Amino acid sequence: MEPLKNIESLAYIIPEIVLVVFAVAVIIFDLFVKDNESDWVAYLSLIGIGCSLIAIFITNSLVDINKPISLFLGMIRLDGFAIFFKILLLLATAATILFSLRSEELDVRLKGEYHTLLLAVTFGMFLMASSTNLLMIFISLETVSLTSYILAGFLTHSPRSSEAAFKYITYGAVASGTMLFGLSLLFGMAGTGDITQISSQIATVLESGDVSALGVLIAITFILAGIGYKIASVPFHMWSPDVYEGAPIPITAFLSVASKAAGFALFLRFFYTGFDTPEIIQSIDWRLLLAIVSALTMTVGNLAALPQRNVKRLLAYSSIAHGGYLLMGAALLTPEGLGAIIFYLIVYLFMNLGAFYVVVLIANESGSEMIEGYRGLSSRAPYVAGAMAIFLFSLTGIPPFAGFFGKWLLFNAVISEDLYWLAFIGLLNSVVSLYYYARIIKAMYLESAEDTDIFSFSKSTFALLGVFVVPTILIGFLNIFYSLSKKITLP
Amino acid sequence: MDQILLSLMIFVPLLGMVVVFLLPNDREELIKRVALAFTLIPLVLAVYLFIDYNKSSAETQYFVSVPWIDTFHINYHVGIDGLSVTLLLLTALLGPICVLASWRNIEKGLKAYMALFLLLETGMLGFFASLDLFLFFVFFELTLLPMYFLIGVWGGPRREYAAIKFFLYTLFGSVLMLVAIIAVYLRSNIINDVAEGLRTFDIPELIQRATVEGHALGDSKFQMWVFLGFFIGFAVKVPIFPFHTWLPDAHVEAPTAISVILAGVLLKMGTYGFVRINMAMFPEGLDYFTNGDGFLGHSLALLGFINIVYGSFCALAQTDFKKLVAYSSIGHMGFVILGLAARNAEGINGAVLQMFNHGVISAMLFLLVGVLYDRAHHREINGFGGLGNRMPIYTGITTLAFMASLGLPGLSGFIGEALSLFGAFQEFPLLTILSTIGIVVGAAYFLWTLQRVFLGALNPKYEELPEINRREILTLVPLGILTIVLGIWPNIAIDMFSKSVTNLVNIVSI
Repeated sequence: MEPLKNIESLAYIIPEIVLVVFAVAVIIFDLFVKDNESDWVAYLSLIGIGCSLIAIFITNSLVDINKPISLFLGMIRLDGFAIFFKILLLLATAATILFSLRSEELDVRLKGEYHTLLLAVTFGMFLMASSTNLLMIFISLETVSLTSYILAGFLTHSPRSSEAAFKYITYGAVASGTMLFGLSLLFGMAGTGDITQISSQIATVLESGDVSALGVLIAITFILAGIGYKIASVPFHMWSPDVYEGAPIPITAFLSVASKAAGFALFLRFFYTGFDTPEIIQSIDWRLLLAIVSALTMTVGNLAALPQRNVKRLLAYSSIAHGGYLLMGAALLTPEGLGAIIFYLIVYLFMNLGAFYVVVLIANESGSEMIEGYRGLSSRAPYVAGAMAIFLFSLTGIPPFAGFFGKWLLFNAVISEDLYWLAFIGLLNSVVSLYYYARIIKAMYLESAEDTDIFSFSKSTFALLGVFVVPTILIGFLNIFYSLSKKITLP
Repeated sequence: MDQILLSLMIFVPLLGMVVVFLLPNDREELIKRVALAFTLIPLVLAVYLFIDYNKSSAETQYFVSVPWIDTFHINYHVGIDGLSVTLLLLTALLGPICVLASWRNIEKGLKAYMALFLLLETGMLGFFASLDLFLFFVFFELTLLPMYFLIGVWGGPRREYAAIKFFLYTLFGSVLMLVAIIAVYLRSNIINDVAEGLRTFDIPELIQRATVEGHALGDSKFQMWVFLGFFIGFAVKVPIFPFHTWLPDAHVEAPTAISVILAGVLLKMGTYGFVRINMAMFPEGLDYFTNGDGFLGHSLALLGFINIVYGSFCALAQTDFKKLVAYSSIGHMGFVILGLAARNAEGINGAVLQMFNHGVISAMLFLLVGVLYDRAHHREINGFGGLGNRMPIYTGITTLAFMASLGLPGLSGFIGEALSLFGAFQEFPLLTILSTIGIVVGAAYFLWTLQRVFLGALNPKYEELPEINRREILTLVPLGILTIVLGIWPNIAIDMFSKSVTNLVNIVSI
């Protein structure tokens, strides 16, 4: 398939263009809006997301999912995989904006900038999900990172938030520097930046003996530092608890879902397209390396979550652990693994965002992010407590909630490659995770609060909560999501 | 039409949960009546199925199979054979009894309590009826959540600890089971290392495929490993030593009705699963642990023996009435394990009968403990004395339950245990003889308890203790009648499942 030239490509990136246009429109619009009407800025960005979503469906009808189109001379690619991730990312961004509307942490005067940045970061993530060139991979990653740094530090009055942004930058700078070095090594060895051609090039140079397997391994390890940092995999996860704790809650939710999903999109495309040919796997077994990273990630995430008393920080560690579960699928380099990740990400989107939404609501009402603030929630806010219990049980992976079906698909994929040890580690981790999720449930249901005022929430709050609860219950029972996850493939 | 009855029975309590949920919080009487109605419907259906079930056939009856998750060949497949119809009846019978037993003593959140209880009932009924491995697992786990809350919210002083311990133990067991399920699924279409046809989760289909020459499921090493995976999952539930330590905690903290369900049904889920999956699907795996050669070949019988003797001696040492009954449960479930380990018709028939009987008798015992606790607000055996004069009816029913439980001939407990021992004696004579120690100790602790609680001088504190009331008697009478009837005429039950058991014996005698 011949890559399209620059001008011809424009028709296929309308969703991206829409996002950029709205990002600019939002900041201009903000100049004319009074502080007490600043919600309109959020509505405008929601409209932007809606338009982008419509544009995706329109361009989608132009494309045959089985026949990907290569755009901008091979820089990015439009295929079913990219479209799936774009929709997922838009949903996550929309949820983040809705959370921000309800969050009382954010400074109204900065709303314009805030939403511009959110749309910009989504644009960067779109590129992450579709890049097929080493250079483009780096640029998209940096676009996302730079905007995320500012978003993490958005609570100008909070020292914790500034600390979070600073840590994020420092860590991010090192990680992306390392990654860039790895990319240049790889480019030097393969002589091309196009990841669709890298595998054959590498196989050739490996065979001719010009390059040793060790060299390739070093280059890939350096690149993994950059990607691993985005998906918070061990040992590049250290930034995430502090950043998640310090950042505004909607941004924490956004980072833990959207940023992770985009990271996985990049990761999957890079490894599945670039490095899954048998010749390469024969000389360097990525799968073992990735499986070990996955096992470490989930174990470290879960063990570190055990003693946490701050729910936000607890969920930060839990999302590291979930990154580990997802990595199990990625480590396999099989279509089953890919399908399981796709399914799990859909489920994770709803259950994790839902849990963070409850954190936003409780932080607004009780002013606390600590587990103590959840005491007696079952009588103070029965529906919110019920929803939170569903999200947490789903995160643990207990049927009949969607999280169970997601985990089951992942373990199914792992065991079909005979990686029993990895499946055992993953399942034991699920048991461990029950312990800390159940601490929140225990506080909500089995303990009573000193203060027994009833929390009151608006109807729209419950409606939004329902948007997360219903899929968390239903996704596992609907065949359509399973067939969707099977349909999306990478060449 | 008939096909739908089974599914109706499973999901009526779920519908009841929704209905209860929609009722206003303060209409407590109404909530209780609605919950009772929604547990009575499955009972009526279960009795109908029990009567209508064709005993002369070992075939699965009333089966329904509709595609659920096509992509992974998962079906909603339910059906009953003699074994499951018996346990369904037990579950459906205990449902309304437990609602009645919770009539007065649930002080807070009655609505949530009843809703969770109905959800639990759906989980249990679905578990005993499912014939698809995936569905089976989902129902198995579905009982976890309501149980966690029922113990954790409405339990005694150490309820939080007991609830999380129960949850963690069971979850640990079930994740191992999940690995085994996936392993079985992935090999379900491999014959002589070549994939043929589609994979399946269907239990009868898997059992059939395992017997095909050269099928990956038939490989004896593979069977041994998946056998272990399932076994640990079920062993936690039964509970089999050394996975039993959650049980006394859970029982002591749980409210009366929940203890009844725990002992009456949840423990049976472990042994039922063992029969349905471990024995029927992995006879070669079973062979490793029950063929009588060496330590490994004795291991299952040994575990049964340990359960019996260890459970009984622990019960002997208890001074908490409820804990005593809990440990006696561990002991009595040992007979089930021992009978199953024998792999012959007597042993398995005895074991299945013992499952049903233990469900009835332990339910009675826990109800009786609850009656006493509701009046005296403690369960210390040594704190009573001479209640026989004060509460003659209560004493009479308790004596019946104790006698049934300690295995007095003429009452139901005897038949199951005796058959299990007959069966086991043919295979493991020494262990069987040693196991009878458990019966002697069982007689000792029950009679001793009887003496300490009901005989002697009446503790002056309890001179005003009211007699057992009509509602409480109503919960006990059906169970009492069953222990007497099944003691005299055990064939009503045995006839139901003997054909299915014969089938099973053919599978396991390889």
